[in-house]
Amino acid sequence: MKQIKDFKLAEKHDFGRSVVLRLRSEKPLPEILPGQFVQVRVDGSPSTYLRRPISIHNVDTQKNEIDLLVQQVGEGTRHLAAASVGDLINIVLPLGNGFSMPEKGEKVLLVGGGIGIAPLFYFAKVLNENSVQPVLLLGGKTKSDLLRLEEYRRLGETFVTTEDGSLGEKGFVTMHSVWKERTFDKIYVCGPKPMMKAVAKIATEKEIWCEVSLENLMACGLGACLCCVEDTTEGHVCVCKEGPVFNTRRLKW
Amino acid sequence: MVNTTIDLGRGLVLRNPVMTASGTFGYGEEYTDFVDLSQLGGIIVKGTTLHPREGNPYPRMAETPSGMLNCVGLQNKGVQYFIDTIYPRIRDFDTNVLLNLSGSTLEDYVKGAEMVNELEKIPAIELNVSCPNVKQGGMAFGVTTTGIAQVVSEVRKVYHKHLMVKLSPNVTNIAEIALAAETAGADSVSLINTLMGMAIDAEKRKPKLSVITGGLSGACVKPVALRMVWQVAKAVKIPVVGLGGISNATDAVEFMLAGASAIEIGTANFIDPAVSAKIARGIIEYCEHHGFQNVTDLIGALEC
Repeated sequence: MKQIKDFKLAEKHDFGRSVVLRLRSEKPLPEILPGQFVQVRVDGSPSTYLRRPISIHNVDTQKNEIDLLVQQVGEGTRHLAAASVGDLINIVLPLGNGFSMPEKGEKVLLVGGGIGIAPLFYFAKVLNENSVQPVLLLGGKTKSDLLRLEEYRRLGETFVTTEDGSLGEKGFVTMHSVWKERTFDKIYVCGPKPMMKAVAKIATEKEIWCEVSLENLMACGLGACLCCVEDTTEGHVCVCKEGPVFNTRRLKW
Repeated sequence: MVNTTIDLGRGLVLRNPVMTASGTFGYGEEYTDFVDLSQLGGIIVKGTTLHPREGNPYPRMAETPSGMLNCVGLQNKGVQYFIDTIYPRIRDFDTNVLLNLSGSTLEDYVKGAEMVNELEKIPAIELNVSCPNVKQGGMAFGVTTTGIAQVVSEVRKVYHKHLMVKLSPNVTNIAEIALAAETAGADSVSLINTLMGMAIDAEKRKPKLSVITGGLSGACVKPVALRMVWQVAKAVKIPVVGLGGISNATDAVEFMLAGASAIEIGTANFIDPAVSAKIARGIIEYCEHHGFQNVTDLIGALEC
């Protein structure tokens, strides 16, 4: 069941342009699936009238905590990143469908680009809890884009690319040697659209099942306003409700 | 105890003056985790046309100061789909379920209204002659007195329940349009639909919306909406339903003081999905605080 609730900012970890907000609720959290997202209210600025859709980076059900990895890209995210520990932040959650869980024994690759690595953290954690060891392939423009890398490494074998070669293999995630050396049953992708399209193309060529997590401009986040549509084989569907995760076969890419 | 009942005429009786605006509340189902629908006077479901529409391409939304632009373009699966698939799911909601009906030709409006007239649990149509986001028809009917008179009188012939007509603010004299709707047989008018606007991305030198222009809604339109409700309420005898930027109970009360018999909550549903029921409670608190026994006492009670 979806809820609207106030969270207290319990901890804040700065990563330069990005920040991890650890948000604590007094009451138990609803069940949250990896790949689902929240709509965050940003108070105190007329230019941030609507809520901001942000993916769920991690969940601690024992402590009623969620982590959001927020990259400062505009007014709303700048305001959020400037919040102080102890501030109340109003959130609607959980929204959207989430990633499909793989079967035990399937070889799973998670591909993340830039801030798109955020939801893969929680997904990798839940996969571990379900005895699936994912391989992670994370890409950024430069070294500093790849946040919390050591923690990702704990959740699975992790490969890295950077466009400037400052860490891992130089180039895009699609150019990494892991594609030649390994085979996978399922690929899950979150990142910039051109990157997701490029990975989806590889998946299609190799005939591998592939899910991508899309990001579109949203108003309601509930499937009511029909603003965030994606063109699919079934016509326009809402990314907020029928997504954000889509099997690439459904998309007109 | 404050009596909150509002009788809009021809069988449309609301338990309180708060309804949710078309296109902002889906089919009600999307909001049941947040709002007990029995706390509302009514919900007006998504704009529906006789034939299915895919709507406009993405991007369909741009945030603006204290508001937003949209150019959804009436994406919907058509009246027959509504009747077969959605109506059975929502017909027993414990509130009035109104259908917002739109069209691009006179024939489409009439045929759609005929079909909806048969739905036992839909007590009213909100006739949308004011959508700014479709190329043909839609708003074209709503911006001239002859256009609105024509579509309202034709629909009136086939639709025998409450006929509410949603007015466009994109006109020079909205009172004149409202009067034409009344004369042609409307039971009430609701206003305002969105204001035509646009947004530009200066860095990319491109419009932010796929079809360049869109409809502006949200808190920023409230003063315009309030003024228009006040003008229309003075001009017509039928009830006026006010909407445009209502975000809290005080806003709602202001619309009623300006002459609205009921109100609709639109874009505010996106910001606080529970806001509609809060506003319904807030109106009662206002009445208690100011010693009004009946919510109807607020209608047009502006002192000026």
